[in-house]
Order: sequence, then C-alpha cells, then structure tokens
Amino acid sequence: MIDTMIDIALMAFLAICAIAIIKTHNLFVIIMLFGIFSLHSAALFVVMDAADVAFTEAAVGTGISTVLMLTTLALTKKHREKKPVHRARLPLLVVLITGSALVYGTYDMPSFGDPCSPAQQHIKPRYIENSVAETGAPNVVTAVLASYRGYDTLGEVTVIFTAGIGVMLLIGGRFNGRNNKENR
Amino acid sequence: MKHDLILRVIAKYLFPVIALFAFYVLFHGEYGPGGGFQAGVILSVAFIFYALVFGMETTEKVLPLKVLRVLASSGVLTYAGTGVATLLMGGNFLDYGLLLSSKAAGQQLGILIIELSVGITVSAVMLIIFYTFANRRRPWEDHHD
Amino acid sequence: MIDVFISHYNYWIVILLMMAGFYTVINHGNLIKKIAGLNIFQTSVFLLYISIGYVDNGTTPIVAEGFTRYANPLPHVLILTAIVVGVSTTALGLALVVRIKEAYGTIEEDEIQEQDMIP
Repeated sequence: MIDTMIDIALMAFLAICAIAIIKTHNLFVIIMLFGIFSLHSAALFVVMDAADVAFTEAAVGTGISTVLMLTTLALTKKHREKKPVHRARLPLLVVLITGSALVYGTYDMPSFGDPCSPAQQHIKPRYIENSVAETGAPNVVTAVLASYRGYDTLGEVTVIFTAGIGVMLLIGGRFNGRNNKENR
Repeated sequence: MKHDLILRVIAKYLFPVIALFAFYVLFHGEYGPGGGFQAGVILSVAFIFYALVFGMETTEKVLPLKVLRVLASSGVLTYAGTGVATLLMGGNFLDYGLLLSSKAAGQQLGILIIELSVGITVSAVMLIIFYTFANRRRPWEDHHD
Repeated sequence: MIDVFISHYNYWIVILLMMAGFYTVINHGNLIKKIAGLNIFQTSVFLLYISIGYVDNGTTPIVAEGFTRYANPLPHVLILTAIVVGVSTTALGLALVVRIKEAYGTIEEDEIQEQDMIP
C-alpha cells in the first residue's frame, strides 16, 4: 500500500511538471522544470526496482540534458517563447482522441506488478537463473547488457558515436551562414 | 565564474572524487548498479563541471578535442574488435567464452572489455558534444565591440 | 472502478505524460520547447517499459541470497541504453536548432516558414 502511495505521489509530481512545462513561456524555466521532471522520473525508477535505469536517468537527464539545453539557450539568445498565434483547439482535440483511444487500450493490459503477466514469463527466468553461472555477474542487467544482448549494445554504442559525429558536422566548424545583422 | 575563489578550490577537490566515483561505477558494474553507460556519463560530467568553473581554454589544455575524437572511435573499435577476435578464434561474434581457457573467466573478461569500451565511447562523445556547443562562436557578438 | 485504477494507474499516468509531450510538439512553435516536449514523450515511454517489468514485492535484478523475486531485467537493459541514445539524439536536435537560428535568425516555426515563403 505504501508503495502505491509513493508511486502515485511521484507520478502526480511528474504530471504537474509536464503541465507546468506546457503552460510556461519562459524557456529558462522550461529547461529547469525539465531537470526536475527527470529527477522525479529517476526517483520513480528506483521505486519500480530499476536501480540501473534510475542511475542513468539521474546522471543523463538531470545533468547532461540540462547543460546541453542551457548552452543551446545561450547560443540562440532567446529566453521567451512566442505565444502560439493559432487556436489550441485542434491540437487539443487530436490529443484527447489519441489519449482516450490509448486509455481504452489499457483495459486489455495486465495489471501493474502482476507476477503472472506475459512479460514476466518468457525469458526472464532463464536470465535470473543462469546469469551468475554463465557470466559470473550477479547484476543481471549488466550480464544481459554486455553478454546476452551484446549485439544490441554494439548497435547502441554506434548510434551514440554517430550522433557525436553528426553534432560535430553540424556545428563543429566555423560559422559561415547568413549573419543575423545582414538579415535585417 | 573564473574569479570565484571558493568555487575554484571546491572544484579542484571535487573533480578527482567525481572521476574516482565514475571508475568505481565502471568496475563495480557486475556486482552493483552501474556499468559502462553510467560511468561514461559521470566521467564526462566531471570534465563539464571543470569546464564550467575554469573555462573552456583550460579544459582543452587538459583534454584536447583531438584526443577525444581518437578515444570515441577507439571505444567502438575495441567493442567490434572483441567480436571479430572471438570470430577468428572459431566461435560466434561476441562469444566471450573463448577469450580465456575457462568459459566463465572468459565471459568476465569479455564483459569488462565491453563495459570499458562503452564507457570510453560514451564519455568521449558526451564531451565532444559539450565542447562543440561551448566552442560555437556567437556570430552576432563579434560586431558589438 | 477503484480496482481498475489501482491495477492500471501506471498506464494512465504514462498516457497523460505522453499526451502532454505530444501536445507540446504539435501546438507550440518554439523549437527548444518542441524538443522538451519530445523528451517528455520519451520519458513516458521509458516509464511504460519499466512499469511493465515491475513485480509486486520484487527486488532489483541483482542476484543475492534470500531473494527469489526479481523485476524483469530485460526492459531495464533496453531503457538504460535508450536513455543514453536519447540524450545523443537530443544533442543532435539542439545542434540543428543552433544552425537554424544562425541561418534564419529565429527559432519560431512560423517565422521560419514566413522567411521561406519569400523567394
């Protein structure tokens, strides 16, 4: 019961942060709120027994994402968002219809924390039982990441490497675009 | 922030602690929460913190961008190279059991190499991204003075 | 009703966050805010995966004596890598925003489109 209470409290915080991000027009505040949002989701990952994921989210979402967004803000020199000119009705309608369709879909999903759900039956018992004997790593997440699903991680590392190259190609060299002053 | 004495002193002491914690996370990843991805991010955060306090010029003297480029690609190459090595030894791609005489020991060595290469790539790429953003010249500032 | 809420609230919060991110992306014209919206959407997907791997009275998947019930490690692995890939792709998006600002002098979607209209 206490777990459910903590879960619901943290999820409510997440929802409040998300709505505050929509409502705010100051970009600096949005970025700070996004850092808080990430920290709350990291706390929620700890409650849901995903220590490794929480660790990553706390370091990446709260640390690096926020720093990168702040440097972008410093480069673009714009601290306030222009209010949307068009009416918000159509996007709201689209979002409400999509959301209610998704909520309707959840009635077929297994209940939260159900040990008999399909996700818990398939390959998990094999990983839990054999990982120590086969790889010598008590942390099953590390064993799956580096050994059982090594191909997958190789792909992910390549994606990260490619993203780094992409950033260098996009803004790594000298500025040679149209100048801001010439524009006016 | 270059002239703030307290910040500079604290940053000097905090930097090795953060870096040491990154290595702890890297090598303890098999037994507790952690691993290459987290360690890489934490190590790059240590350097970003250093850059925020001491400025980009000092940081680039400590760790130039050229070195980072080499590190980023060497991590990916080590990862794929381990796979090719096991392939040449007669096994499957990334089948670490063949690396040493006993299968379990080979697996442990393999996991360590993989985590290390992932950590190197992730920290180098994160720092490359940060350096690129921080070094981007702001064109409209040149005309003001 | 209350039973359904207790057993499905994780999905509903995920959907709420997902729609909040989606709304930010389609309704707002500021590119940095759009990227923040995409990140919220992304985090909601992470939450969906982790909540599917969660087991009642379970523990973190680090094998130790005295524990028999563990959360599913597979979603953890997928999301762990997805978070780091996510920040790299976000950085790529932000780099594009910087380039757009340098080329057009603005990061508002409608102003960029106005400039594109003039031949």
